[in-house]
Amino acid sequence: MKKMIPLLSSICLILICATMSFASGTIKIGGLFAVTGPASFLGEPEKKTLEMLVKEANEKGGINGLKLEAVIYDTGGDATKAVQLATKLIKDDKVSVIIGPSTTGESMAVIPVTEKEKIPLISCAAGIKITDPVKPWVFKTPANDHIAAEKILAYMAGKKQKSFALLTVTDGFGASGREQIKVLAKQKGFTIVADEVYGPKDTDMTAQLTKIRGIKPDAIICWGTNPGPAVITKNVKQLGIKTPLYMSHGVASKKYIELAGPDSAEGVMLPAGKLAIYDALPKGDAQYKLLKGYDQNYKKTYGVEASTFGGYAYDAFLLVTGAIKKAGSTPEQIRTGIEQTSKLVSISGVFTMTPKDHNGLDLSAFEMVKVVKGDWALAK
Amino acid sequence: MEFDQILQYSLSGLSTGAIYALIGIGFSIIYNATGIINFAQGEFVMLGGLLTLSSLQLLKLPLWAAIPVSVAISTVVGVIFERLAIRPLRQPTPINLVIITIGGSILIRGLAMLVWGKDTHAIPPFSGDTPIAIGGATILPQHLWILAITLIIIVVNKIYFYHTISGKAMRACSYNRRAAGLVGIDVKRMVLFSFIISAAMGAVAGIIVAPLTMTAYDVGVMLGLKGFCAAIIGGMSSGISTVIGGLLLGVLESLGAGLISSGYKDAISFIILLLILFIRPQGLFGKADSERV
Repeated sequence: MKKMIPLLSSICLILICATMSFASGTIKIGGLFAVTGPASFLGEPEKKTLEMLVKEANEKGGINGLKLEAVIYDTGGDATKAVQLATKLIKDDKVSVIIGPSTTGESMAVIPVTEKEKIPLISCAAGIKITDPVKPWVFKTPANDHIAAEKILAYMAGKKQKSFALLTVTDGFGASGREQIKVLAKQKGFTIVADEVYGPKDTDMTAQLTKIRGIKPDAIICWGTNPGPAVITKNVKQLGIKTPLYMSHGVASKKYIELAGPDSAEGVMLPAGKLAIYDALPKGDAQYKLLKGYDQNYKKTYGVEASTFGGYAYDAFLLVTGAIKKAGSTPEQIRTGIEQTSKLVSISGVFTMTPKDHNGLDLSAFEMVKVVKGDWALAK
Repeated sequence: MEFDQILQYSLSGLSTGAIYALIGIGFSIIYNATGIINFAQGEFVMLGGLLTLSSLQLLKLPLWAAIPVSVAISTVVGVIFERLAIRPLRQPTPINLVIITIGGSILIRGLAMLVWGKDTHAIPPFSGDTPIAIGGATILPQHLWILAITLIIIVVNKIYFYHTISGKAMRACSYNRRAAGLVGIDVKRMVLFSFIISAAMGAVAGIIVAPLTMTAYDVGVMLGLKGFCAAIIGGMSSGISTVIGGLLLGVLESLGAGLISSGYKDAISFIILLLILFIRPQGLFGKADSERV
């Protein structure tokens, strides 16, 4: 028994320390991001954004006098790992809320865990099925893909373009976009005259575009993330196709213009989250100040431009801190607080949550923009 | 079906095919000298593109200087790879060697990811991007560069293998390594040479294609696989039949995407690969017991 005394006393000490840290007021925020792996372009800026915001908030004295602590794990984009780490965050780290995961697959895998343990989860993935149907403890910050698609179709209707060719990438993003555009086009009376696809690593899409050129549609909608759309933009220029070209919100960054080249990208239109184009926004826009602040801070801290994806973590952070200020810091209070969010001005848009809508964004989350002389300008 | 559409498919296919051919020849040169299928071949393609990018942006070199610099550095990487990974092997069974090249390719790709990040990068075209019209089809000046450089490399290759001592020595190794050793050819040196040539050729392919397709740390995977297909169609010869294999692959892919469905583009090339392996494992043009260089 004597041998056990140091062990027992150290256990006691750890327990006391643990409760003390609780008492001195720290709110633990869990983060699950795909910092490495194929989805790292999502996870990396999300992690950096969350770290930056937590540091800033603590320097300003915390939220309601409580310090914040971010516990962030890298899921590598792997759903199995995400589930293990979610359990770890809840059981070992005892977080009050989880931000992430970065991809739809991981989010769907983690949801049963957080639902069971009653910990609010704010996913940074765009898939519509995360919050449809609504689950009590699950929220998400990126706007649904179909909102971006709707934005394009509404714009096309205004321009009297009734038929279009669809060119989508053969990954999750492209496939989901393709399905949703087809459904929307049917509802709104558009004709899809060509339905072509390309692989994420393809390096030449002139074959698909030559076919489309022969059909002569009113417009071309391309749905993918870099580098495919940049290749397509170059190919369109090469083939001398004058048909209006629409891209998805997946390439709404300066990187796309840089890759495609300002000449080839001239006139390309797409729905963009406002972060990419805040310079072009009217000065009265409610989000302008926040977007500018985020971009400049991020650039100062990390030396690169802030991305829309990091913005998803920013939104989640504002939702959480807003809820803590309003309702309190237990998981239950945070959940209720988030659900009562109303007109929260953030990066992806202005959030208004209801018990029936756990995303809270509408068409105003996007602006139609056009590439003019190598920069974004609002499309009229 | 309009004629100019077919023309466009064929032209696009030929220029993509030329790249496959260049990479494919890199595969077959190493295979012939060593019996290894070097799955790190695609990584030299990636290195060529990314090193050019760095030479342009960090060292501020003009394009004509950046290209030889990055080819030289990729070649050094090829030499180091051969020295550290291939040569020390005591019992080089084919399966060991294949696994080592796969491991090497993952290592090189990982290092490239750390150095250049995960973003895709663009390189400016060599001579503008004003499309050139040929009949009803259009190609870019860069396509002409690709076709011309491929042609030059094939001619130089031919001269090297048939009209220089070391080229002839390398051919001797491919016929029979032991006999080549017996007549005084340093087989190990020839293996090193084969890595030097393939690395340089891979890098050139990576550089000339980068302005069109852009480049990133992971472009080597798919391009390497397609180059491998070209080499298989050509029966692992480092001469004209691999070139024809590459061009054929490019044109079939492009016609398939245009006339059948773009969803089957990659499937087409891999079905061809499987058919060749099943029906004519010696390659489309090879006799069952053909020379390999």
